[in-house]
Amino acid sequence: MSYRYAARKAVNGLMFTLAGFCAVATASIVLFILGFLVWNGARAINWEFFTQLPKPVGEAGGGMANAIVGSAQLLLLATLFGVPVGFVAGVYLAEFGGRWFPAVIRYITDLLNGVPSIVIGIFAYAVLVLPVKRFSLAAGGLALGLIVIPITVRTTEQFLRAVPVSLREAALALGASKWRVVATVVIPAAGRGVLTGTILGVARVAGETAPLLFTSFSNRFWSTGWDQPTASLPVMIFTYAVSPYEDWHRQAWAAGLVLLLLMLAANVLARLVLAGRGACRS
Amino acid sequence: MQVVTLPAGAGRTQTAPKLEVSGLDFFYGAQQALFDVSLAIPDKRVTALIGPSGCGKSTFLRTLNRMYETVRHARASGSVLLDGEDVLAMDPVRLRRRVGMVFQKSNPFPKSIFDNVAYGLRINESLSRSQLSEEVERSLRRAALWDEVKDKLREPAYALSGGQQQRLCIARALAVDPEVLLLDEPCSALDPIATAKIEDLLFSLSKSCTIIIVTHNMQQAARVAEHTGFFLLGRLIEFDRTQVIFTRPARKETEDYITGRFG
Repeated sequence: MSYRYAARKAVNGLMFTLAGFCAVATASIVLFILGFLVWNGARAINWEFFTQLPKPVGEAGGGMANAIVGSAQLLLLATLFGVPVGFVAGVYLAEFGGRWFPAVIRYITDLLNGVPSIVIGIFAYAVLVLPVKRFSLAAGGLALGLIVIPITVRTTEQFLRAVPVSLREAALALGASKWRVVATVVIPAAGRGVLTGTILGVARVAGETAPLLFTSFSNRFWSTGWDQPTASLPVMIFTYAVSPYEDWHRQAWAAGLVLLLLMLAANVLARLVLAGRGACRS
Repeated sequence: MQVVTLPAGAGRTQTAPKLEVSGLDFFYGAQQALFDVSLAIPDKRVTALIGPSGCGKSTFLRTLNRMYETVRHARASGSVLLDGEDVLAMDPVRLRRRVGMVFQKSNPFPKSIFDNVAYGLRINESLSRSQLSEEVERSLRRAALWDEVKDKLREPAYALSGGQQQRLCIARALAVDPEVLLLDEPCSALDPIATAKIEDLLFSLSKSCTIIIVTHNMQQAARVAEHTGFFLLGRLIEFDRTQVIFTRPARKETEDYITGRFG
């Protein structure tokens, strides 16, 4: 008896230690990446990095202002295209529709979510770049938007479904029609959650590189329009990191650091939004 | 509204029934939940529906404003007349503006106290700002909540106590001036003091609207209701004046239930 007790206690202790170790390891990966980026990139981060264009090869200094603005433009376009489509589709899946149709749409949405981003890139390249024979900001933004759509659909649907049935019933019992209930009770109650999911979704595509390689491509100068090649942080990181120049390597690290900090900021923002008062509980 | 005076001996005025149900069957898919229910609910009175859990009294209540339609495969057949109009054929949105409902668990919207009460008014009619405030105040007064909340109308409804939240839900339902108010065990989650407040309220409300309350609590039925119906296994066993039901019920099942022999 006491032997079995001791054995059980030993196994318990072992499993506890193992689980704790894995948890710490996971958390330390993030800290390790962050530390690595700071170590290598912090030196290259200065005022110039945010305000100047890249310098020609061989000249020291310069920055990535065009890539920062380009990334912002790409994300704006992706948000304007992907979020409304995904949101309305999510509302439909959560609130309307018959029996089998939503199930089919949901399944296809999951498939779209699983499509590798490079495949999305090839698709956008074939449809948006080849016909006009020019890389463009628009093509990049739409490619990213295709990735935003399924993320938004899923988060919208989940947060809408989390709104208690009792609230819908209360509104229905007051003589509200179905769409009124959705517009005036369900969506406001789920608003914070949906907004949080959207911020995280957009933050996720901020780091997508593959679809941009053959859509918005890159540009060493300011982009002159929606139909022109445009620089972005992820593509700059790729280009600079594989270059043979020491100075470019440092700038690639710096760009990586900026990108990571922006994502962390988006995460913090999302948490603040979700933690705000009056969250959807009944 | 037609007022019928009963022959001398009955000694009180009786109004025409507000709701007349006859031969009502109800199904959840293949499972039948109500069997041939028929009764006439008097206008501007409190009617209580009692019976053990699962007896169909809540289902019955939900047929009166067609709230059962949110459940898939639920269907009702038979005749339910509201002032002679067929409830089962009416537009449910129009029906629910006339037949309000208060639920077992208080369910205020995650909005301010004011916006909760104003919700029904805003979706149903277009009122000026001052009219809206007036209506909100009137409804909160009718629900005996005005004095407790008049200084915090802009605060979230969740900040209220459980009993206050339930009265807020009553005020919200009253704001659209329903002809009938359905209450589904409205006090089951409340303490005796909050319960007493709601019971007082029901009595005063019955002057202006027809009230049907489902309750597990037989004393509550005895206290608030003029008429009581007893449901068992999906059938309406007996429907009569509350006094009759509790003192000399006609059916053995009713007597067994009210004397606590089962249920």
